[in-house]
Parts: sequence; structure tokens; C-alpha cells
Amino acid sequence: MSSWTDKRPMSPHVQVWKWHLTMASSILHRVTGVGNYVGIVLVIAWLFATAVGPDLYEPLAGLIGSIWGQLILFGFTLSVCYHLLNGLRHLVMDAGAGLNPKFAGFTAGLAIVLAAALAVAIWYLAGLVPGVDPINMTGAAS
Amino acid sequence: MSKPQPTMRTALGKVRGLGSAKHGAGHFIAQRVTAIALVVLVPLFLITLINAVRSGYDGALAYVADPFNAVLILLAIGAALYHMRLGMQVVVEDYIAKHGTKAVLLILNTFICVVLFAAAAYAVLKVAIA
Repeated sequence: MSSWTDKRPMSPHVQVWKWHLTMASSILHRVTGVGNYVGIVLVIAWLFATAVGPDLYEPLAGLIGSIWGQLILFGFTLSVCYHLLNGLRHLVMDAGAGLNPKFAGFTAGLAIVLAAALAVAIWYLAGLVPGVDPINMTGAAS
Repeated sequence: MSKPQPTMRTALGKVRGLGSAKHGAGHFIAQRVTAIALVVLVPLFLITLINAVRSGYDGALAYVADPFNAVLILLAIGAALYHMRLGMQVVVEDYIAKHGTKAVLLILNTFICVVLFAAAAYAVLKVAIA
């Protein structure tokens, strides 16, 4: 038994609800927001290492260039793309447009698909696609 | 409690001064204003950053040393840290019910963002002004 003693009615637990796009979109927005919170630490570490010198820069570049670093970096790219696109959607909805449930569901799905496409496009155009031409932050020939 | 006495005070007079301390919408507006700034700053920052990191340490140094890039980096990181501090504040307020834990996490959130900004500002200024 739980120790809950409050007699007042409770709203149903999150597991009770059927998943729908606008709900997934809202949750993803929060998750990617927290993801970006962590990701910016990487950007600032890179900046700081640039200011300190090669002794810190090169090991960090090696870490980011490793397979795990690349996975984290791609996840961060995805996270930024989604949060940015869905953020634009939020700004439009804050202005009072696009709130019709059907249309909101459509733009929610659109933001998810476009974010994935954008992240892949960024890595492709930048020549960062894993296995093709991994990011080479050390400056050495690959 | 005794029976309430008839009063000449208006409903407004009873609540005046007990309200939102006058920044009810401040958080909401700041979150959106920084969001609008980031819509422009993040793509610019990402494109130039990706270009720079590909030529290694020297490329990174040259990138940060450029005056326009230095200002762009500080604006992008400044707006991002402000935005994420506001966002994390909402996340903590939503999920942490215990007063003490909530207060500690909210203070920690502010400290983390300020420390990150100090580190970024130091790095950019050192490279760009040296």
C-alpha cells in the first residue's frame, strides 16, 4: 500500500492516458530542453579548452571524436534541432494560431520528422556522418 | 473564528499587496524573448562553429578570435543559458514537491548557469582580446 493519505480526488496517472502526438511532442520538448542543458556544457568545455591551450584541447577533441563522443554529439544535434523547430511551433501557438487539435497534431509530427531530417542533413552537409568521414577535430589528416 | 463583521473594505482592498509581487508574466515573457533570439543565434552559431572545428585547434582559435564570432558566441551562449535556466526552473518546480530540495535545486540551477557563463565569457575574452 502506498502511504498516500490525502482523501481528495487525484487526476489519473500519466500511464492511464493513450499516447498521442501533441503529448509526445510536449514531453519531447521538455526532454530535449534538459538534453540541451547538458549539451551546452560540451560546447563551453570546447570553448574553455580553446582558451586554455592544446594541452586541454587535444584530449577533449579526442574524446569528442571517439565513437561515444560522436553518438553524444549526434544526440545533441537531434536535441537542438527538435527543440528549435518545436520551439518555433510553440511561438506560433503562443500567438494563438495552430491550436486546432488536428492541425496541432500534424505540426507536432512534422516537427519530429523535420528535426530528424535536419540533424541528418547537418551531419551530412558538414561531412560528419559516422563511418563516412568522422569529425576530425585534431586537424590531422583522416 | 467569530462571525465576520460587516466591513467597508472592498474586495480589491483585501488582496492589494498580497499578489504576484508584480512579475507574474515576467518569466513567461523572458522565456519567449530569449527563444526568439535563439531562433536566429543558434543556427548562425552552429554553422560557423562546425566550420571552425574541422581545422583543429588552430581553426578553433582563429574562429573565437574573430571579433564578430566572439560577439556571436557570447550572445548565443548568454541567451541559451538564460533560456535554459528559466526552463530548468519550471522543470524543478513541476516535479519536486519538497520545499527544501526544490529550493536547493533552484539555487543550484542558477549557480550552474552563472558558472557556465563565466567560463564561456572568460574563454572568449581571453582568446579574442589577447
